[in-house]
Amino acid sequence: MTHIPNSGQAAIIEEVAEVIVANKAWLSEIDGKIGDGDHGSNMAKGFGRAAERIHGKDMSLDAAMLVLSDILMSEIGGSMGPLYGLMFEDMAEAIKGRSEIDAEAFSAMLNAGLAAVQGVGNAQVGDKTLIDTLVPAVAAFDAHKDRGFAPALAAMAAAAEQGRDSTIDLVARIGRSSRLGERSRGVLDAGATSCCMILTSLGTSIGKRLA
Amino acid sequence: MQRFLNDPDDLVDETVAGFVKAHRDLVHLSPENARVVVSNFAPEAGRVGIVTGGGSGHEPAFIGYTGRNLVDAVAVGEIFSSPTAKSFADAIKAANGGAGVAVLYGNYAGDNMNVKMAARMVAKDGIEVATVVANDDVCSAPATEREKRRGVAGEIFMWKIGGAKAATGAPLAEVQAAAQKAIDACRSVGVGLGPCTLPAVGHPNFQIAAGQMEVGIGHHGEPGTRVEALRTARDVADDMVRLVMEDHALPAGTELAVLVSGLGATPVNELYVLYDRIESQLAGLGMTVHRAFVGNYFTSLEMVGATLTVMALDDELKALLDMDCASPAL
Repeated sequence: MTHIPNSGQAAIIEEVAEVIVANKAWLSEIDGKIGDGDHGSNMAKGFGRAAERIHGKDMSLDAAMLVLSDILMSEIGGSMGPLYGLMFEDMAEAIKGRSEIDAEAFSAMLNAGLAAVQGVGNAQVGDKTLIDTLVPAVAAFDAHKDRGFAPALAAMAAAAEQGRDSTIDLVARIGRSSRLGERSRGVLDAGATSCCMILTSLGTSIGKRLA
Repeated sequence: MQRFLNDPDDLVDETVAGFVKAHRDLVHLSPENARVVVSNFAPEAGRVGIVTGGGSGHEPAFIGYTGRNLVDAVAVGEIFSSPTAKSFADAIKAANGGAGVAVLYGNYAGDNMNVKMAARMVAKDGIEVATVVANDDVCSAPATEREKRRGVAGEIFMWKIGGAKAATGAPLAEVQAAAQKAIDACRSVGVGLGPCTLPAVGHPNFQIAAGQMEVGIGHHGEPGTRVEALRTARDVADDMVRLVMEDHALPAGTELAVLVSGLGATPVNELYVLYDRIESQLAGLGMTVHRAFVGNYFTSLEMVGATLTVMALDDELKALLDMDCASPAL
């Protein structure tokens, strides 16, 4: 198939949330090495609450993403609340009203999410943030979308993982870990890691519905 | 971890609940948002509102400075985590007396984003917002990159001056200018002797080895500029004065406000030991201490350590600093 229906897709966001909640301890552990170690608990709290609120509801993908966005922005705070909150808000806006989501729609959604993150934060590729995952993942999807939705999702996931891993060798230049300078080198960035989880689980969930 | 806890997830809500009960003569919880603490003296029609906010775990900051001629409303975040944009927006609305609101906060990535979003949210309600971002921590970036420096205990002086200026009936631009002048006149440094533990994490998020100290440590355990053997209180005080005053470059005869705050687990008597030496050293540099504040004014959970903040005064700052105020912490 080349597309999925937009309606009745709350489960996709529930599945993304499941991955985040399952990785709560791991995300906090990574964050603890160069941050204050609460990334996992804050993310799990936000995504977990969203999953509870959309569970069993007949919702479009954009409506489910808006619920998640609202919780991240109004209940979680920190840096990740506004960054992911705005990302999901603008992703939802990009596909609102569409009856189906094909590669073009998904690309528009990804690019809107990227623009939202870049609009509120000031990070560039190489600063050791979630941007290091998001930018190459969006570019990889766009570069492969002519080959079909599923192959483009696979390319996106591979690029996201590569982007996440690229943060190991980077020195943080923005956010709290930037205060560490050279001491931030050698470990994954927690935001880049959670962003990779979001994108890969989104890809997996949509991919299996395409099959 | 030996702590007074129920469920770590409820810690912030329970802190705020106890706080508003204990200080009901001065503050109350916003009926709209359980993460916004509002002064009983706010809003006041025609007066500029003062708002701040930040992560929890720094008590009495930030909530403790809510009150008369001080901060009108405070947005409360999770432990060491910025409040939500919505909480900042609700705090701005609660403080709004129709003359605009000054949001006076510290230079952290999350706070910068959430305040920016909050200002956008309240613009729809026609509330004018001005911001001042505290950056008094000298060890967090070189003097040439002041805009990168963190805000620490100097924020207290920024709130005091901003709140007092608003109380004079000054318009928003003047309140903003006074708060900016206050933080520009502040320099701070922290020295850490022991780490702190986020209750939800359960173990310290950094280490300071026995017999060591970290000079220039931040309010969340951000690393300092030097880790070295712990020296006598006298030597540590001298080091703190030197770091702050070398950055400040003040002419002899300048009058100062000095604040020595514990980071949570340092005995208060040791803060006085530090202060004894600090004031002598400042006098040696030809400075006069107009007012001193010594105690746990801005903490970092149970971190062992202390911060020194020095504000250079002129006639305006001195008058605003001395204006009467009433809040749980000041």
